[in-house]
Amino acid sequence: MPRQLLRDGRIVADDWTYLTEAAGADAGNAEAGKADVLGSAHPSNALILTFDQWRSDEPRWRAAPARLGVILSPADKVEQLAPDLSRFDLVGAEFPGPSEGRGYTQGRLLRERYGWRGELRATGYVRRDQVFFLARCGFNSFELPDSDLAAAAGAFSTFTASYQPSNDLGLALKLQHR
Amino acid sequence: MYRYDAMDKTLVNERVAQFRDQTRRFLNGELNDDEFRHLRLRNGLYIQRHAPMLRVAIPYGLLSSGQLRTLGGIARRFDRGYGHFTTRQNIQYNWPKLAEVPDILAELATVEMHAIQTSGNCIRNVTSDHLAGITPNELEDPRPWCEIIRQWSTFHPEFTYLPRKFKIAVTGAPQDRAASLVHDVGVHIVRGPAGDLGFEILAGGGLGRTPIIGQVVREFLPREHLLSYLEAVLRVYNLEGRRDNIHKARIKILVKSLGIGEFRRRVEAEWESIRGEAPRVDEAEVARMRSFFNPPAYRNLVNADPAAGKETAFRAWYRYNTAEHKVPGYRAVYVSLKKPDVAPGDATDAQMELIADLSDRYSFGEVRVTHTQNLLFADVEQGQTFELWRALDRAGVATPNIGTLTDMICCPGLDFCSLANAGSIDVAKLINERFDDYDYLYDLGELDLKMSGCMNACGHHHVGNIGILGVDKGGEEWYQITIGGAAGADASLGSVIGPSVAKADVAETIARLLDVYVEQRRPDERFLDAVRRLGVKPFKERVYAAPVAA
Repeated sequence: MPRQLLRDGRIVADDWTYLTEAAGADAGNAEAGKADVLGSAHPSNALILTFDQWRSDEPRWRAAPARLGVILSPADKVEQLAPDLSRFDLVGAEFPGPSEGRGYTQGRLLRERYGWRGELRATGYVRRDQVFFLARCGFNSFELPDSDLAAAAGAFSTFTASYQPSNDLGLALKLQHR
Repeated sequence: MYRYDAMDKTLVNERVAQFRDQTRRFLNGELNDDEFRHLRLRNGLYIQRHAPMLRVAIPYGLLSSGQLRTLGGIARRFDRGYGHFTTRQNIQYNWPKLAEVPDILAELATVEMHAIQTSGNCIRNVTSDHLAGITPNELEDPRPWCEIIRQWSTFHPEFTYLPRKFKIAVTGAPQDRAASLVHDVGVHIVRGPAGDLGFEILAGGGLGRTPIIGQVVREFLPREHLLSYLEAVLRVYNLEGRRDNIHKARIKILVKSLGIGEFRRRVEAEWESIRGEAPRVDEAEVARMRSFFNPPAYRNLVNADPAAGKETAFRAWYRYNTAEHKVPGYRAVYVSLKKPDVAPGDATDAQMELIADLSDRYSFGEVRVTHTQNLLFADVEQGQTFELWRALDRAGVATPNIGTLTDMICCPGLDFCSLANAGSIDVAKLINERFDDYDYLYDLGELDLKMSGCMNACGHHHVGNIGILGVDKGGEEWYQITIGGAAGADASLGSVIGPSVAKADVAETIARLLDVYVEQRRPDERFLDAVRRLGVKPFKERVYAAPVAA
């Protein structure tokens, strides 16, 4: 069954495949899998890489016909990805555990400093309790456990007001008290 | 004081609903311990040695009488009849039941209170000078700025999962009564080169196992940029602060490892790129906030000497437990929560309710919490202090010891806290018993003693003139003593005098330190100044010269 996720407030089937998933499904061998994927034989034709995978083989990925997404790990620097953003159709941040918080800043930087307008995905430890804050940092796509999907879809209104301006609401940039 | 509007009320009510649901999911088994821990911590709820501990925010230490009455009622109905006021101007309940915590939060919300961000790795309750707005030489009342920071930091989406906790203190007077130099960020209201008021920003101060005095990041920040600058500091910290080691995760470690110069460069670079778009505090907003802190309707009075001709006990209390007020005829009055046999900072339900009533009668219905764990009536007519003293004395909260040795700061220690190595409350009791002669205490003069039950330093022992740290030695409770620490504008970290001492020897050790001071002090020289002049050596020699007699 394809992965379900929450995108723009709706539960949808994921139309993206991680490179590790694609490679594993094709050959059980990352190198062979990657060659196949690069030859655009893979049906998904929409692949998510880690930033490391992108950087380690950048010229080949750049030339590949597939649509590409990239996920930043918490330690990756947004400014290093910034020059290449136009090659991607999806950018994401990984949250390895419930205490990780760097992705919130990565999200804001992508949206506000580097003008990223495409899908911004949160992956890893993402639950209904975080989506409100993630959305306010610019994320619009959330990989959640199936058991949390429906509740998370309602979590954008956990709080119906905010003190801080945020680009998700397009509000004037001053302290949000009326 | 600040009053909630519809938006503030909505937010705290929605937080209660959210936390009620999170608690339900945990009790149902939908959330495991670790998952719930990250959620409850952002709502002030610790699981402690005996029971959960709930920490309730008292923003910059300011309470209305109605709020204090509610805190007393909660202590009676949900706890064991008391609460503990902390060094960060909050209150803690040590015995609530987990399942009832959402009900406590709902009750707090009715009086515009909450437990949001009182624990966990997020921006904590902002603290300030307990004499804000009434102290004579203040540049500006810091509380409107505290409230602006409170709102900005509440549910700030980017900074909800920081590497570690983050504490901000704001002061507006030359004397630092908020320990701002040992906060993650200190904000000082200062006058700029052109004579306008703005802020000096410090970062990297902190206590814990690596005590460090904060350093200046920016000497003068124009006021409208306060939030964008804080945002830049927090962003650099969120991205660069260490997350691999809980003991190295505070901003002080980042500042120390980068050096203040490089840290400043990064913050300034970040600020340059966001200052155009980040929230700007416009003058209308400042004016709106200021309007909440307008002075109360003072009467037109002149200064008097209400202690003249009165009994000795009142004169002592007046001298030690009241403070100068900028308005003629008024005085600030401390309610001492330091008394033999009572844990420092504890108040019973009945005391809280009585103090609330007294504040209605004598101090415009407001009460403040000090970072030294006492309460304060800010605006008492001098002519009413005698009456007020009698009422406080009957309630057991008029111990005339403010600023003296027995006005100790003390964490809950091993008795309540799962982190502590050693008891602190029972040591406080031993010290109280040993030093029960007020003539001696008064002769010693200004002297602060701060005690923590472990390295986390909740009792601020590093910045006590005398500091006591509980350590575990082979399963026994021992105590390391430091001298020469200070928390004010001339903040310094204390020096360890030597090997730690057994619990039974703590009071005698302090007595020996004080003997050296009394023998060698110059006229009007404070203990702190004597230690700074003499160094640790003479104190150390006396303490360890002979074993403590059994």
